[in-house]
Amino acid sequence: MMKKQSLTKTMNPGVHFLINNAVPIIFIILVAFAIPITGLSGKYFIRELTTRISRNSFLILALLIPIMAGMGMNFGIVLGAMAGQIGLIFITDWRIIGLPAMLLAMLISTPIAILLGYFAGIVLNRAKGREMVTGFMLAFFMNGIYQLVVLYGMGNIIPISNSSILLPRGYGIRNAISLVSIRQVLDKFIPLKIGGILIPVGTLLVIATLCIFIVWFKKTKLGQDMRTVGQDNDVARTSGINVERTRILSIVISTVLACYGQIIFLQNIGNMNTYGGHRQVGVFAIAALLVGGATVAKANISNVFIGVILFHTMFVVSPRAGKELMGQAQLGEYFRVFVSYGVIAFSLALYAWRKRIEKENKRKKAMALKRGILVK
Amino acid sequence: MNEKVENIIENVGLPRIIIFFFLVSLFALAPIVGVSFETSINDVIVRFAMNGILVLSLVSMVKSGCGLNFGLQLGIIAGLLGAVISIEMQLRGFAGFFTAIGIAIFIAVILGFFYGVLLNKIKGDEMVVATYVGFSSVSLMSIFWLILPFKSPNMIWAYGGLGLRTTISNEGYWLHILTNFFQIKIGSHINIPTGTILFFALLCLLVWAFFRTKIGTAMTAVGSNPEYARSCGVKVNKTRVISVILSTVLSAIGIIVYQESFGFIQLYMAPLYMAFPAIAALLLGGASVGKASIKNVIIGTFLFQGILTMTPSILNNIIQSDMSEAIRMIVSNGMIVYALTRVVRVR
Repeated sequence: MMKKQSLTKTMNPGVHFLINNAVPIIFIILVAFAIPITGLSGKYFIRELTTRISRNSFLILALLIPIMAGMGMNFGIVLGAMAGQIGLIFITDWRIIGLPAMLLAMLISTPIAILLGYFAGIVLNRAKGREMVTGFMLAFFMNGIYQLVVLYGMGNIIPISNSSILLPRGYGIRNAISLVSIRQVLDKFIPLKIGGILIPVGTLLVIATLCIFIVWFKKTKLGQDMRTVGQDNDVARTSGINVERTRILSIVISTVLACYGQIIFLQNIGNMNTYGGHRQVGVFAIAALLVGGATVAKANISNVFIGVILFHTMFVVSPRAGKELMGQAQLGEYFRVFVSYGVIAFSLALYAWRKRIEKENKRKKAMALKRGILVK
Repeated sequence: MNEKVENIIENVGLPRIIIFFFLVSLFALAPIVGVSFETSINDVIVRFAMNGILVLSLVSMVKSGCGLNFGLQLGIIAGLLGAVISIEMQLRGFAGFFTAIGIAIFIAVILGFFYGVLLNKIKGDEMVVATYVGFSSVSLMSIFWLILPFKSPNMIWAYGGLGLRTTISNEGYWLHILTNFFQIKIGSHINIPTGTILFFALLCLLVWAFFRTKIGTAMTAVGSNPEYARSCGVKVNKTRVISVILSTVLSAIGIIVYQESFGFIQLYMAPLYMAFPAIAALLLGGASVGKASIKNVIIGTFLFQGILTMTPSILNNIIQSDMSEAIRMIVSNGMIVYALTRVVRVR
């Protein structure tokens, strides 16, 4: 916050607003052009969007706490998603159904997520200043371990009795698992239809609860500590905060939330891509949050919801727009992949660039001050 | 004695030692489990020559302090464009190969320039931004592969459909043009791709010589201490841009040599993750985020390709299942994570 204000002074407030909100503004323009082209019906559109908001918001909310602790976008939420998927594999193996099954999956995967989050926290503490790229590579690394465990360990070392989820060779989990047993159990927990559109009240309530939790968490001692750590490690340390521990905790919480987020996501979809389902979780969640106007250093709940609406409108619209414009849906597919990556590249670059200008300005000011003293 | 061992481990790095012994044991196991030693060696040599230049391309940016080039795909795109345009022009043999390289260099210089200017604006966050610059340019290029007006029947879909094929064969154009250049046959299984190795060696030599010129030394100075370099009258930003251009150009050449040996030009999302194996190889060779040399390139490429070739064949024979994909992911990405956590930050 403080950083921004000093920049504002030198700039026209209108220009400043545009630069500050460049990503959401570009997105609104993009979407506004694309929607009429597709010719989608309003009802279809609202149904798609409701589903996507309820499906994705929880995962995006999982990103907020590490940002508070100054660790940037947590690309490591992929680790949480892996933990969630392992829980889902077990409940499918044990043939449990309904909401209890989903809760059990959460229960099983929580310790795994805590463990993975703790590990990620330690690694990221050793890579201060480059948490994002390290978290990103860590997700790739853990994906290898995940594959080793699920594709070779399960049914071999870890007993799996349900042969329908095993590969024909007798061990390793199949590429796709049907989650019919828990399909939309949370979405339909409180059934409600408005104008033929199913409103997933249960999921929305869970998301609301998480929002309240985050607001409350910011006010706790730990939340305050995280914000101090986020602003300045040294200040935090001198005021007696255990910086390393606080940072690890923020990643652990984020990982556990991501794990639940992935389970909620998959109960809506109803089937699971065992080896690919988790890989893009980080990219899409982070891109959505950035589209909502968040930066690497500052994000709040409103960014999550603006982001999820704008980003997923683009997701619904772009294959159709590609088809209408160029006669090929594939074009729209590539376009939305490009936008996801591009948004991240653009926002991160914009933020890093401004951070550098800040630094330069500060240095110039300090130099000028020094010179002033010398003149006196 | 104990201290000495600890020192060595500290200097070389534990992951490298583990990987080295892993590789040695793979080679030792080869004859026991009935994998032909000769074929393995041959594969390692071929892949070494094939991938070497891509790894070499990373050195200049590490030296100038821009970190590991996670945006390597930008150069690859330039290389792909060069290759595709040269085939469109129906050029064959060395003419086609060097035209491809010429066009690729031209495009790489332009892309590299803008990439370098961008990286100057975001000093300190190069790697994470570069990663996403690489990703987004690959996906943007995918759109262009669909809509660019290429006509050659060897490259577009036979039965209608928009755009270029996902994989294009370069057979009949410049397939194995370096590989077969003075190829040496030893026994029945070993064919040394002399031309490819010579080409790689030539580029290594050029890069090595470049770092002994005035501008090359300046680059190293910028990387190790930008303030000092500035006070010596070196233009820091300009030097960094040159290092980025050099890296982009080399990776563009690198991918063409890769295709020459591989036989196919892979478009669309294929280059998406190509930066990581190259980076892992360099790090495996002993480089770090702030330090790299030609020696690291050669050792690293050899070790890394060694593991990639040996793991599948050996493991297939021992446990009758192919875990190589998972092991490859763990080794290469683990190496990168390790290097990132060991950065001595110079600010």
